[in-house]
Amino acid sequence: MERPAWAPRGIDISVPSVSRVYDYYLGGSHNFETDREAARRAMEFIPGLPKIMQANRAFLRRAVRFAAGEGITQFLDIGSGIPTTGNVHEVARGVRPDARVVYVDHDPVAVAHGEAVLAGDENADVIAADLRKPREILSSPRLRRLTDLNQPVALLLVAILHFVEDEDDPYGAVAELRDALAPGSLLVVTHASYEGIPLPAERVAGAVEVYKDIRNPLIMRSREDIARFFEGYDMVEPGLVPMPDWRPDPASEDGDPYSSSGLAGVGRAA
Amino acid sequence: MSAEPDGPEDRLRRFATIWSRAVFPVTATSLTRPEFEQCLVPLARRLSEALRARTFEAAEGQAVGAALIGAHCTEPEALSATLDCVDAYLVLYCGGDGPRDDLRARSARLQHAMAAGFARALRERTLAEQEAIARAALQAQGRVADALHATETRFRAVFEGAAIGIGVADLDGNILQVNNALLRMFGGTEQSMRGRSVTDWTHPEDAPQVWRLYEELVRGDREHYHVEKAFYRPDGTVLWTNLTVSLLRDADGAPQYQLALMEDTTERRLLNLRLRYEATHDALTGLPNRTLFFERLDKALSAGDGMRFGLCYLDLDGFKTINDSLGHAAGDRLLVEVADRLQSCATAPGEMVARLGGDEFVALTTGPDTEQEVDALADRIMNALVTPVRIDGRELTVRGSIGIVEGPVGERGAAEVLRSADITMYRAKSAGGNRYELADAEADARAITRHGLTTSLPAALDRDEFFIEYQPLVHLGDGSVHGAEALVRWLHPQHGVLGPDRFIPLAEHTGLIVPLGRWVLEQSVRQARLWQERHSEAGPLRINVNLSPCQLTHPGLVSDTVDILERAGLEPHSLCLEVTESALIGADDDLLKPLRRLAEMGVDIALDDFGTGYSNLANLRRLPVSILKLDRSFTQGMQQFPADPVDLKIVEGIVSLAHSLDLAVTVEGVETGAQAEQLRILGCDTAQGWYYARPGPPDQLHDLALVDATG
Repeated sequence: MERPAWAPRGIDISVPSVSRVYDYYLGGSHNFETDREAARRAMEFIPGLPKIMQANRAFLRRAVRFAAGEGITQFLDIGSGIPTTGNVHEVARGVRPDARVVYVDHDPVAVAHGEAVLAGDENADVIAADLRKPREILSSPRLRRLTDLNQPVALLLVAILHFVEDEDDPYGAVAELRDALAPGSLLVVTHASYEGIPLPAERVAGAVEVYKDIRNPLIMRSREDIARFFEGYDMVEPGLVPMPDWRPDPASEDGDPYSSSGLAGVGRAA
Repeated sequence: MSAEPDGPEDRLRRFATIWSRAVFPVTATSLTRPEFEQCLVPLARRLSEALRARTFEAAEGQAVGAALIGAHCTEPEALSATLDCVDAYLVLYCGGDGPRDDLRARSARLQHAMAAGFARALRERTLAEQEAIARAALQAQGRVADALHATETRFRAVFEGAAIGIGVADLDGNILQVNNALLRMFGGTEQSMRGRSVTDWTHPEDAPQVWRLYEELVRGDREHYHVEKAFYRPDGTVLWTNLTVSLLRDADGAPQYQLALMEDTTERRLLNLRLRYEATHDALTGLPNRTLFFERLDKALSAGDGMRFGLCYLDLDGFKTINDSLGHAAGDRLLVEVADRLQSCATAPGEMVARLGGDEFVALTTGPDTEQEVDALADRIMNALVTPVRIDGRELTVRGSIGIVEGPVGERGAAEVLRSADITMYRAKSAGGNRYELADAEADARAITRHGLTTSLPAALDRDEFFIEYQPLVHLGDGSVHGAEALVRWLHPQHGVLGPDRFIPLAEHTGLIVPLGRWVLEQSVRQARLWQERHSEAGPLRINVNLSPCQLTHPGLVSDTVDILERAGLEPHSLCLEVTESALIGADDDLLKPLRRLAEMGVDIALDDFGTGYSNLANLRRLPVSILKLDRSFTQGMQQFPADPVDLKIVEGIVSLAHSLDLAVTVEGVETGAQAEQLRILGCDTAQGWYYARPGPPDQLHDLALVDATG
């Protein structure tokens, strides 16, 4: 039966949450045993998962700095999770102290945590909403308070699109968001893929199974399918590449082989 | 700070580089390795200074250990790599030229302090994060709980305020919760409901699928079902409901509860039943009415192989008389009494009695053995009517006529069966009533044709389907054509040409004979006038037209006849009206008056079919007749040679009698020359028959008359 819109979803912390699992990979303690157990199971198949997440955070950091360097002061981070360190508002303000950031997550625990972290911060906020319902995000008063959609926005869809199944139409959602953004806006994406993982696909499939078990299926997409998210955007150099290859810092050294798992890219709205 | 090659600062930085390379792979920092190294430089400086300080400060080592946690080096491997590095390189790169052993000892103590600082900071951070996430979870849960509470309040309002009954039970059928509407429907209290089981709620009227659907639902094979179901209330009365049961599943999709929604349809159902009863029962007698009877008959006739049916169609004899003489109230009471008696005749399963209307009743029996049963049923009905009915102190004798139809099912429709029964009943009635007759196909067919003809008669007159044939009347004395008898025919679209014997009785019955007779009279008189105009030389040709008993009593007979004669311009004495003997038997003056008037005007009146009734010969004098028409039965005996002497004597006697009364004699059915000669000798005046001519079109007479005139 279709759940009425006004009936809230329950919270069951005995069910692993991808936000808290992600935090665990990053060495955080914002997690419960059930999250850690799921993370450990996935790591049995892909021991380098923490390195992948680390590379993901490193890419996010560089991309945010790039966006801020391009003059963008409005950031919309959908699927923000429970980041321990290197938060978007911290990184962005390192370049543009006037940066305003709106975080969006559909995990109520992540949202509550975000609110605690951001308490008293006038220029950052967090919204409980779902990428699959872009209209709810775009029409949120809290978004409108901090974001002028007539000005360019950096839209961050980092490590989230691979949690949206095709039947929920992630391409439609991304297109709807794009249509709401002003020209010059940036789309920042990282996405899981079989491409680049230094493991046989069967091993990776084992980890995919773990995510299916915790009812947060992980959708591995091909480079072509990931590139389609950038429809209507011009790719920023160097295009869609392994995370460490996207505009690495000049002094960076060869990283962990796992860092090259999945793809990252930034597009600029025409 | 400048870093001259291999100066202290340069050595400090080299130590930081080594340290960062050792630790970076096991950190979760999002910094690059060089950035990370920059974070370590101040820590390395503190270590370097602590190593060479005059007094050992454990707090410095602890602070550096704690700072690692701040730099997101939370993995235990980060500590062990750090300590390895400090142990191997701190004294080497940062010890300057102090005493090695002291430096080594100091380095070891610094490492101990770093480990303690790292552990304390890690524990604090872990606890803080755990507390933060737990608080976030609690807060989120609190919000959900608030929202759930709001939702539940709304749901509860819906649940409690709903007009339909709502109940929740577990999959074993234990009732967990019911709303007020449901309690009101059942007339029970919440206590009386709680702890009861859905499976107690069986009712004898449960449709067979009700509990099968239930089982499917609680097994999880079905999401919901909708049935009409009866329940017993605690006081024993019956509650009828429209019941919808849905399966409620948990978040994993496993069946958990059943939800019942029920609407009280008891009153609607009662109303429906009453309306249905009223629509299917006769208000006077309470017997099933025509509608219900046809339903049952239809059902009986569509039963399976080997099944038969028997139908008794009863019509009371003389009921109209009772109604007319004693009044409708008495008639109604009689019908009620008859209905009660009939009801007691058909009590076996498969039997029923119904009132079709008026005094018509039917009794139906069904089953494999109706051949015997239907006769027994008819006997019972006849017997039931034997005892007189007492109404208003009078004993009324009730008689009835029954038509019985019996046969295998599946061959005929209800309407056909009932018509057959009706026809058969009329057969019983015309046979004198107070009896039953069995249907037979031939009798049915005849009756059906009769019926068809009767109903199509009125339209036939409008459509000009009738025509007239003329049979010449010949003078026996000289053989000349004297006139003709008009004989009406019906050119029926399906049955072809029909003689008067097929339809005149029907026309009499329906009263159509009056307009039909007038039409025949008009046509014939006009024809006679035509003949006279064309054959004035052949003498005035006369026209004989038959009058039916009905026409005799019709008040317009005289005026119509005068009118027709005048309009055609025919002399009254050219017309002869033929009236049957039987129509005049026992005729009183009132009946004879119009005939007298006509006779006085000059119209001849012929007594047709003379000798077939038992007429009072003495009466002949009173009748205004001038001609006797001998029935053909008298002439049949003269067809052979020699003629039957008895017949000869009779005819001779009649002719003598007629002539003595001044009546002319016409004979019918003359077929041979010998007959004609014999009749001439006997003194008959006029003859008609095939010997002269069969009935034919008007021109035939014209030709014959022409032969006479020229012969």
